[in-house]
Amino acid sequence: MTALVEVKGLDKAFGGVHAVEGVSFAVEAGQVYSVIGPNGAGKTTLFNLITGLYIPTKGEIRLNGESTAKLEPNQLAERGMCRTFQQMQICMNMTAIENVMLGRHLQLKSTLFTTLFRLPSLRRNEAAARKRAAELMEYVGCGEYLDTEASAMSYGALKRLEIARALAADPKVILLDEPAAGLNAVETAALEELIRKIADQGITVMLVEHDMKLVMGISDRLLVLNYGRVLAEGTPEEIRQNPDVIAAYLGG
Amino acid sequence: MLNRFMQSRLRGMVILALILIILPVFLSNPFHYELVIQMAIIAATVVGLNLLVGFAGQISLGHAGFFGLGAYFTGIATGTYGWSSVPALVVGAITVGIIAWVVGRPILRLKGHYLSMATLAVGFIIAIILNNERAITGGPDGMPVPALDLFGWELSTFGSYSLFGLEISGVQAWYILASVVLLLAVWFAQNLIESPIGRALRSVKGSEVAASVVGVDTAKYKSLVFVISAIYASVMGGLYAHFQGFITPAVASFEFSILFITMVVLGGMGSTFGVILGAVVLKLLPQVLADFQELETVMFGLILMLTMIFMPKGLLPTLVAVVSRRFGKKAGGEA
Repeated sequence: MTALVEVKGLDKAFGGVHAVEGVSFAVEAGQVYSVIGPNGAGKTTLFNLITGLYIPTKGEIRLNGESTAKLEPNQLAERGMCRTFQQMQICMNMTAIENVMLGRHLQLKSTLFTTLFRLPSLRRNEAAARKRAAELMEYVGCGEYLDTEASAMSYGALKRLEIARALAADPKVILLDEPAAGLNAVETAALEELIRKIADQGITVMLVEHDMKLVMGISDRLLVLNYGRVLAEGTPEEIRQNPDVIAAYLGG
Repeated sequence: MLNRFMQSRLRGMVILALILIILPVFLSNPFHYELVIQMAIIAATVVGLNLLVGFAGQISLGHAGFFGLGAYFTGIATGTYGWSSVPALVVGAITVGIIAWVVGRPILRLKGHYLSMATLAVGFIIAIILNNERAITGGPDGMPVPALDLFGWELSTFGSYSLFGLEISGVQAWYILASVVLLLAVWFAQNLIESPIGRALRSVKGSEVAASVVGVDTAKYKSLVFVISAIYASVMGGLYAHFQGFITPAVASFEFSILFITMVVLGGMGSTFGVILGAVVLKLLPQVLADFQELETVMFGLILMLTMIFMPKGLLPTLVAVVSRRFGKKAGGEA
């Protein structure tokens, strides 16, 4: 079977600096696939390349067998890819639930005419979208914030809100960029639980994360980056025993 | 919860409608009516501009250009070619919408100051064309525009009409029309904002990156809102031309564009009723300060600066916040 996300010989140079160099790997559908590595290893750059925010200098990315070279981020979203950000991207000019309902954008096709006259079909769809968004907020654990302005929410709640927004798009694959950053131990445990729940639904999860306990416990496979290159790839057990990884990253 | 939401949507409309119904009690002469009708037409234009500036976070310093195009299209179609008003307004709106789309597609790739400069240039180019094409537009001397006719029913400011047996003057009839148009403009804007399209527009302001990764085609929505706000301006420009009975290229001028933007910023970016208040205040101000007429542009500049520094949310949202704080305190004291 073909992999859901396949990366071949990926290269991204900023000026003379290769942020990502010759990276290849494949993520099977249904896996939790983590990317780890020291700061500046190119993890976020890799995510930005996969989600179409950066254009690769060289190499190829395939989503479900289709090359993503000419696709904009919104077109990748149409094909079932969604993500969260290390530097959270929340619309602070909206309420919490509106942010999640924004995630339903692709499911809510409405014409300008229906919109301007607020016809019953639009009202019905909006009510359904709102219900679904409220469920998702409950699911990720920020259900108490429904109509709170996003700008008034705490950091931890916004992180969960971002995940709810990504899930609202009914993604096939969700990319989480450092979801545990800035969270305390209790919140991290809740996050681990949440990622498991998402994976159990059959959604493929790609994860960039520094919290090794979280990553090792949850991942099916890992990719270790160092200075933009692949240092190792394999199951958590293989990675733990890889001498290169121990030397370069785990501080052996 | 949704119920409360619906009620709050309608509440603003109801208050506006009540004000528009009660207002004539205080209007004692045709000049007052004239002022209020102009206010309503400009307020409706600014409600459209606010969709672009306040909700989608894009700037246009050339919006009077579209207002002017709408005014001249109507003036030329009805005056020179003898069209009836309604088709003139509709075809004018479609034409201006297409122009806005063609112009907007490339320039909306720009951000911040660059977008300001590009829209400024669009406004200037339109004003220059209106000034120079004497054969068609009458040039700087302007051109007369026939009275509005609604399906063969002529609405002149000098006429007199009867409404349900009530004798009303031409300006009073115009007042009713302008009120209905303003309410419709607000209703459409409200419906647009609280919809999937509206959320996509607001997300462009909130975070373009977030919008794009959940599937919003940000370029498309920027163009769409640019076109919609241009259509608002075009229709209102057409009505303005009919109401004034005479137009000059000043309707497309830079000063007019700045006035529109100042109304949005002063009233409250992203607040539909706020920008109406902004339009009212800035339309009244020159009446109050008639002695300082030559300083008008300076005044607008000053208001724009002071608002951005001291009331970045704008007049109405700030007032609402102050009142609700007062109110909250009082309620707490009584408890």
